[in-house]
Amino acid sequence: MKFGVVQFPGSNCDLDTFHVLRNVMKRETFLLWHKNHDLKGVDCVVLPGGFSYGDYLRSGAIARFSPLMHEVRAFAREGGHVLGICNGFQILLELGLLPGAMLRNKNLKFLCQHVYIRIENEKTDFTRAGKKRQILRIPIAHFDGNYYAPARVLKDIERHRQVVFRYCDAEGNITEEANVNGSLGNIAGIRNREGNVLGLMPHPERASEALLGSEDGRTVFESLISCIERRKPARRPGRRERAGHD
Amino acid sequence: MKVRILVSFKDSVLDPQGQTVKNALHTMGYDAVKDVRQGKVFELELEGATKKEAEALVPEIARRVLANPIIEKFDWQIIKGR
Repeated sequence: MKFGVVQFPGSNCDLDTFHVLRNVMKRETFLLWHKNHDLKGVDCVVLPGGFSYGDYLRSGAIARFSPLMHEVRAFAREGGHVLGICNGFQILLELGLLPGAMLRNKNLKFLCQHVYIRIENEKTDFTRAGKKRQILRIPIAHFDGNYYAPARVLKDIERHRQVVFRYCDAEGNITEEANVNGSLGNIAGIRNREGNVLGLMPHPERASEALLGSEDGRTVFESLISCIERRKPARRPGRRERAGHD
Repeated sequence: MKVRILVSFKDSVLDPQGQTVKNALHTMGYDAVKDVRQGKVFELELEGATKKEAEALVPEIARRVLANPIIEKFDWQIIKGR
């Protein structure tokens, strides 16, 4: 299978993600420049972490208007797998591919630390290599990770088991102390209802090599690879629609 | 024509920055301050737009780009020209 990592001006985890997918997971990986309209036939699009467009206006708010995002949206609507990490998650929210929005962290601090997250739904394309309620230790690095959704939307997300990861303590308890950024329901990662789009604030690419202190992040990539390679989907024809976005 | 657009959090959304400013004001002794909400201000210069056109254009721009309707609301007014 082939991965594509989108590069925006201000992305700074693009090459880390590229490295992990190509050299650690050993899968063909392309860098996709945000100004192009070409997804290069990849099976999974990754929106990496960073500060696209300097986080001007709102995190992810400008990146969503990048030309390539038109293709990414169409790709997702056709069932293609899209993974948004940190700023990538914020972009997916702004793009409307995932429900909700991000607020500033509750303590108004940029948080850069390892956290524990618990797999809330192990039957997703992004977690099937993990175990039920498995605890992962993965770093976060963000200012706006305080997940918010209106009560009605939140209820919907829970009912459809769209919450994939929650912040927890080392024992897997979902506590207020473990909820470092103040997210509603300790939410660290959600998927769309169809199950092909995932956004998460923690950085699995920074926890994919023992040298870096944790390999727990590999669970996400291994899940995607096993899911997509087992399915062996027919190759999608390249699409080059150029209608205006939004 | 120049318009000013004010974007702020909806009342139902907690504004941690506003809360922090409020706490600071209380620490300074401004006990009369009951609440603080922080927002963003945008000033747009519109060329050749009539008032009627602005009334259609500005809310559209605010909804699509300047504000995130999930968490934010907006208000706007014409501050120069007509």
